[in-house]
Amino acid sequence: MANGWRWFHQLGSPKYLFQKTGQWLPWIWAATLILLGVGLYYSLWASPIEVRQGQGHTVRIMYVHVPAAALSMIAYIAMAIAAIVGLVWKMKMAFAVVRSIAPVGAAMTFLALFTGSVWGKPTWGTWWEWDARMTSELLLLFLYLGYIALHASFSDRSKADKAGAILAIVGVINIPIIYFSVKWWNTLHQGYSVTEKGALDPAFQTPLFLMLGAIYLLFAALVIMRLRAEIILRNQKARWVTEWATGAMSKRGES
Amino acid sequence: MILTLLKREMKVARRNWIGLAIPLLFFIIVVSLFPFAVSPEAPVLQKLAPGVIWVAALLAMLLSLEQFYRSDYQDGSLEQLLLMSSPTSVAISKIVAHWLLTGLPLVILSPLLAVLMQINYGSTGSSHTWVLMLSLILGTPTLCLLGAVGMSLTLAANRNGLLVSILIIPLYVPILIFGASTVTASLENMRYNGELAILGAFLLIAIVFAPFASGRALKISVG
Repeated sequence: MANGWRWFHQLGSPKYLFQKTGQWLPWIWAATLILLGVGLYYSLWASPIEVRQGQGHTVRIMYVHVPAAALSMIAYIAMAIAAIVGLVWKMKMAFAVVRSIAPVGAAMTFLALFTGSVWGKPTWGTWWEWDARMTSELLLLFLYLGYIALHASFSDRSKADKAGAILAIVGVINIPIIYFSVKWWNTLHQGYSVTEKGALDPAFQTPLFLMLGAIYLLFAALVIMRLRAEIILRNQKARWVTEWATGAMSKRGES
Repeated sequence: MILTLLKREMKVARRNWIGLAIPLLFFIIVVSLFPFAVSPEAPVLQKLAPGVIWVAALLAMLLSLEQFYRSDYQDGSLEQLLLMSSPTSVAISKIVAHWLLTGLPLVILSPLLAVLMQINYGSTGSSHTWVLMLSLILGTPTLCLLGAVGMSLTLAANRNGLLVSILIIPLYVPILIFGASTVTASLENMRYNGELAILGAFLLIAIVFAPFASGRALKISVG
């Protein structure tokens, strides 16, 4: 048990984290590109078009939309978990993780809204509908932007980190409340018939799961890149950073 | 302890009553804009009334937040208060004072706005007004509690005012939804107990979490 948590404590060291992520990053990028390539091939060429609901080729938008939407929520939860780790164990690297996730999560949320809107125009005949999922996704985007705005408004980084962490936690308590209240709000007066559909046909499953995996990996790669930049930014004065910047570390093979 | 803190808040507020009157005035003026912009016809106004009154109340609550935190933070008395007692009790006293001095007056003023917005058009009694007041009584404390968290977080930030609105408004949406739909349900002669119960549930959840979160945030801002 004594060593059971060692890996966790080691992650708290900026230098260790920087080196480890440096080793992982090329592999994650390679896996991302392979999966994204295969996934895009399947979703853009090798999958059938949808005929039952008359969507035709627009169904292909779903292969980007669904993973982006799934990730936008997972990313916020990941942010809140990192925030709790940071506040409870006073782990500074956890705050760096929160800050690295926020812009990528916001981008995913925007992507989900944008692709949904582009898909909605030919399918439902409207760019926007105040349905429960879309509305809560929009509010999620506001929560991300709120975190980014709050973090950017402090001159003292440690205050910005802690205040942002509290906001992330308050936000995550609110996400289910927001989701269910918007859902109930819209079903109080009229039901919406847009999301009713049968089980997903296997022909659509393959590209969807490939793209889900690809977008998760892409997210991990982007967050790690931001995290590495964040670590360098926060430890500018550390000696190992100077050494790294002048290339001494790579000569010794520590990358 | 909390009572002493609350007395202090009241005393400070009494000496700055104009500052407290401004959000209330704002509340009335914003609502009175809608007949000019949309239509003075009673059925139209009645349909808009729940939403308009609730949005105006929400904005008035946001506007008045600054009063209770900003000057205490700037002149250093917040730091002294936090040395003297626990951050949670400071947060509680501010939340209670904010509700008593802004939320409660909003509830008391709302019948006036109900008249302006023709909320009882076509009905004989004044039952819709009562429902509006009930929804505000249950909803505005939650607005105070959530607002306290947002305000405490942004105290030490460089730009403020608008920042707190951006942080807090997404969190206000559920309260707005159920607050306004309580009144709408009443206007449509449907049962509104469910909506009121949910407003009450939000209030209870907020009472559990918000004072603690706000206290932590105050400590971060000052420390």
